[in-house]
Amino acid sequence: MQDLQRLAASGRVPAPEVMAARARRWGWWYYVEYWLRTAKAWFQSILIYMVGEPLLYLVALGVGLGTLVDNGVGTVDGVPYLVFVAPALLISTVVMSTGGELTYPVMAGFKWDRLYYGPHATPVTPAQIATGHLIGVLIRFVVQSLIFWAIMVAFDAVPRGVLVSALVIPIGVLSAAAFGALLQAYASTLQDEGYQFAFVQRFVIMPMFLFAGTFFPLSAMPVYLHWVGWISPVWHGTQLARQVTYGAVEPAWLTVVHVLFLLALTVVGVLWARRSYTRRMGS
Amino acid sequence: MPPVTSVVPGDPIVVAEDLTKVYGDNRAVDGISFSISQGESFGLLGPNGAGKSTTMRMIGGTLTRTGGTMRVAGLDPAERGPEVRAHLGVVPQQDNLDEELTVRDNLIVYGRYFGLPHSYLRTKADELIEFAQLTEKAKAKTTALSGGMKRRLTIARALVNEPKLLLLDEPTTGLDPQARHVLWDRLFRLKEVGVTLVVTTHFMDEAEQLCDRLIVIDHGRIMAEGSPRALIREHSTREVVEVRFGAQRNAAVVDQLEDVATRLEVLPDRILVYTDDGEAALEEITGRGLNPITSLVRRSSLEDVFLRLTGRTLVD
Repeated sequence: MQDLQRLAASGRVPAPEVMAARARRWGWWYYVEYWLRTAKAWFQSILIYMVGEPLLYLVALGVGLGTLVDNGVGTVDGVPYLVFVAPALLISTVVMSTGGELTYPVMAGFKWDRLYYGPHATPVTPAQIATGHLIGVLIRFVVQSLIFWAIMVAFDAVPRGVLVSALVIPIGVLSAAAFGALLQAYASTLQDEGYQFAFVQRFVIMPMFLFAGTFFPLSAMPVYLHWVGWISPVWHGTQLARQVTYGAVEPAWLTVVHVLFLLALTVVGVLWARRSYTRRMGS
Repeated sequence: MPPVTSVVPGDPIVVAEDLTKVYGDNRAVDGISFSISQGESFGLLGPNGAGKSTTMRMIGGTLTRTGGTMRVAGLDPAERGPEVRAHLGVVPQQDNLDEELTVRDNLIVYGRYFGLPHSYLRTKADELIEFAQLTEKAKAKTTALSGGMKRRLTIARALVNEPKLLLLDEPTTGLDPQARHVLWDRLFRLKEVGVTLVVTTHFMDEAEQLCDRLIVIDHGRIMAEGSPRALIREHSTREVVEVRFGAQRNAAVVDQLEDVATRLEVLPDRILVYTDDGEAALEEITGRGLNPITSLVRRSSLEDVFLRLTGRTLVD
């Protein structure tokens, strides 16, 4: 027979105020721990995706299309097409992955499986849940960027040097955070079944992929379309990535703008998400 | 920060005064006051939409209240939410277990939200699994569990921080009778070792089984308060005769039953004859040649109390 007295009060649990203090400090991390634990379940399939995607893109666009481009115009931005397009593909694919991670799973958290409401009944706050979810996803993007970078190295697409080019990893994660945090915040405001996500996929994420200087420099597009690049975290991230992989030349102020733009979007997205989670879960 | 009030048996652990929650022009909770003592088992009884869950969520501070005051272990949940929730175990109306995780992992993950170390959680998870009678399923994904098992796991999960106060929002809704009895047994044992239970339910038998004291809520207001037995004594008779004459005849015979009963309640499908001596009343009815199609003498229940107070049945 189980000793229920001990089950209900073993004396091994700290005082409530101690538990609350820990959660106030580390609640976001407890949610990251949870996220990582669930990620273990599908890690294998995600790993195949994280390795397969760069290979497919680099072979098809870098090598295949690249041969045509190099034979036709010679180089793009002074480098072979593979070298030009590879950093852009890293940024694009990582940012595009937010479309899977920070849309439907957010809806599941609030509505379908109500997973957010488990921790909501504990000392962990909605704002911490929001940030914890984002950071969990960003940890995945660290791995994804790392794998992509390693494959770029294997394809000999980092003329500036292996070490410097590793900076594409934080740049990739920052780009994903800039777009992902906003997407997460937006997703948290939706009450219905998330039909809007298909729209976001087609009319926000795809245009960023196609028109934000990924496959050709922004300057190759008519001036009246440049704004697509300017407002897109993909373009800003891509330009930074190109600097560290092959030494693309840009004025210093523009580099600062890239970084500040990505940081600003991240901060706005994180604050908006925290606020939106707090409101939605508290009403 | 104000000091945390120490919790003494018999002292109130929850005190709500004039608690109000307004959504638009809907007063979901309309100025209710109650107090729950440490070690007590307290029920909120009412139909769906009465404001039970809303009240429950305001206790844990996961829902902002519109007005009134609330103290849980001496703290205001609106201001000291994490501290209040560290005192609580919460069993929500809808299970929100992670179906992709194992039974054990669900417990460990949840314990981490309280800042509890893995060293504690490893052994605690096993004890809780035993309590929930899920030892065979410890390593199974939660999705493989039956409804009753999930419910027991949710209750076990709520105990991970050894709370003094357990909030249970409709703990057995949707479960079959056997699963309900298993669950009541678990809850009863917790009550025996001094855990304060707060239970919302629209099941009368559940309230009678589990609650020392309860409030009957309808339209966000308290209709009555007391122990199940006292409420029955106060608002109903000792026994009830349920008679059916068929939908057509029910209305016609009502007049002839009036002097048999202390009180009559005419429902669409049957007539409830309230009386202190059911057998005698039934004899009188058949003696008058009224010959009901079916008849049943039973003791009064909280269902009758609710009917009396609101004019409506609890579960349609």
